[in-house]
Amino acid sequence: MTSTPSPIVPDRSFGDPTADFPYPDAEHPAREYHLNANGLQIAVHEWGEADAPPMLLVHGGFDFARTFDLFAPKLAEGGWRIVSWDQRGHGDSEHPELYSWDADMRDALTVFDHVSPGRPLPVVGHSKGGALMTQLADAQPFRFTHLINMDGIPYNRRIPDVAEHERTKMASAEIAGWLDHRRATATAQRKPGTIEELAKRRGRMNPRLDPDWLKRLVTTGGFESDDGWRWKIDPSMRFGGFGPWRPEWTLMRLPGLPMPFLGILGREMEEMGWGTPPEKVLPYMPFDGRCEILDDVGHFVHIERPSLVAEIVLDFVGSPEAAASGTDA
Amino acid sequence: MSLDTVTMLRHGKVALALHHVRNATAAGGRPLLILHGLGEAAPRSAPRWADAWPGPVAALDFTGHGASTIPRGGGYTAELLLGDADAALNSLTEGDPTRSITVVGRGLGAYVALQIAGARAAQVRGAILVDGPGLAGGPTGPTSQSFFSLPIGASTPDPYALVELGRDLRPPDYAALFVRLALAGSELEEPIAVASVFRPEWLDAVAREHGVMQATLAEALATYAG
Repeated sequence: MTSTPSPIVPDRSFGDPTADFPYPDAEHPAREYHLNANGLQIAVHEWGEADAPPMLLVHGGFDFARTFDLFAPKLAEGGWRIVSWDQRGHGDSEHPELYSWDADMRDALTVFDHVSPGRPLPVVGHSKGGALMTQLADAQPFRFTHLINMDGIPYNRRIPDVAEHERTKMASAEIAGWLDHRRATATAQRKPGTIEELAKRRGRMNPRLDPDWLKRLVTTGGFESDDGWRWKIDPSMRFGGFGPWRPEWTLMRLPGLPMPFLGILGREMEEMGWGTPPEKVLPYMPFDGRCEILDDVGHFVHIERPSLVAEIVLDFVGSPEAAASGTDA
Repeated sequence: MSLDTVTMLRHGKVALALHHVRNATAAGGRPLLILHGLGEAAPRSAPRWADAWPGPVAALDFTGHGASTIPRGGGYTAELLLGDADAALNSLTEGDPTRSITVVGRGLGAYVALQIAGARAAQVRGAILVDGPGLAGGPTGPTSQSFFSLPIGASTPDPYALVELGRDLRPPDYAALFVRLALAGSELEEPIAVASVFRPEWLDAVAREHGVMQATLAEALATYAG
């Protein structure tokens, strides 16, 4: 076997709450544990009372469940047990050999079955998490009482003024770059730095977020070694990639969703956003669906306006007592 | 001379078995890489159809197949297997981007052979697509989907590989893109050869592209051996 140095592996024992960079209203989860998802350890984080009716939160790509430290407690105040998990390769979950949409979906089902076996529940997904849950709601609608999608509605952005042969060159560079990255992943490591340095780097992708919030993310989504802090996320992962999937294939599932659906979109476009113009997705709303469009808010609607978005979500899903008794709110 | 010397390659966290099944019979012969079909494994000796090939012959076990790693919890895509094939390419050319190989893919391996021919056009001097398990692949567009867990096994092939790679999306225009990439980056006028009898929709689209040869396996090997 080819000999390769072992990359630094993050300590997946959950962090000490006292080590979290303090941020107003942000709360360390009340309970944290791992689930075995078909041989892979998936980290679960919960806020609120353990015996309250459950609601699931699903994070986006390159995020992690602790990015809900601000939003989840506000939902829990409404009487819900808020449950989120780190997707494979993210946060405190294990780094698997492979990543795929279907694998993420199967991991999700392990959490659904653990949290609410045989009973539907409200689900809130952000970005990639919103798109995943939109697809799952189409495939397994019996698992959902409500679906809230926060800027995770895919919309196909074409580049109409690029000639065909130039597109081929673009695709060629994209695929070769991906393969070159794959060749290097066996020994890849995230670059270490101070809390301030990692926060600054993340700030380039999240320019609208408070610098102190980004520092908190370092302490909840990173780990410290002798040479500094690193993000816990699997260093083999990277933005981009290619494949046969097309965004409109998820979008076309939206109109048929049978459960109450709420889309929450920020008007401001930014780097990690999905570039979804609100007016483009409104024609795809299901019968029992609507969109809230927030002005002067970017991709991270729940971080920029946690109280407002929590209020919208709580109003949409109704009372937890009604959920517990199985009646309409 | 037949042999089975195995080199273990790294593709991310996966260990891949590359079987060297025959040495070159002529000096300077280009390596021939065999990619197996879905649920198969690499042959442990050189197939007779490769007798006339002058270069060394090697065969790769894809992830979850043969002597390669079984991943935890699945997550297979054809693009992952493209990365597997790229690891084999890198090994057979000793990391030298000026050196090239020829690829023969069976079934699922044919689809991956097409992809590596497009992705590494300058280094794949001919990809021959032949019949085999997994040639059809999954649908050409979105379908109603099912998600479920499978019993975890300790031996290959991995059940998740069989399920996930048996239903991977293969839109014809996506497959055809790899032909155009191959043609744009290859010195050959016909860098792809379709030698299969069965032509699922994606392969029919490939066969109709400019730069694709319709030939028997023996004819295609003879063409690319030059």
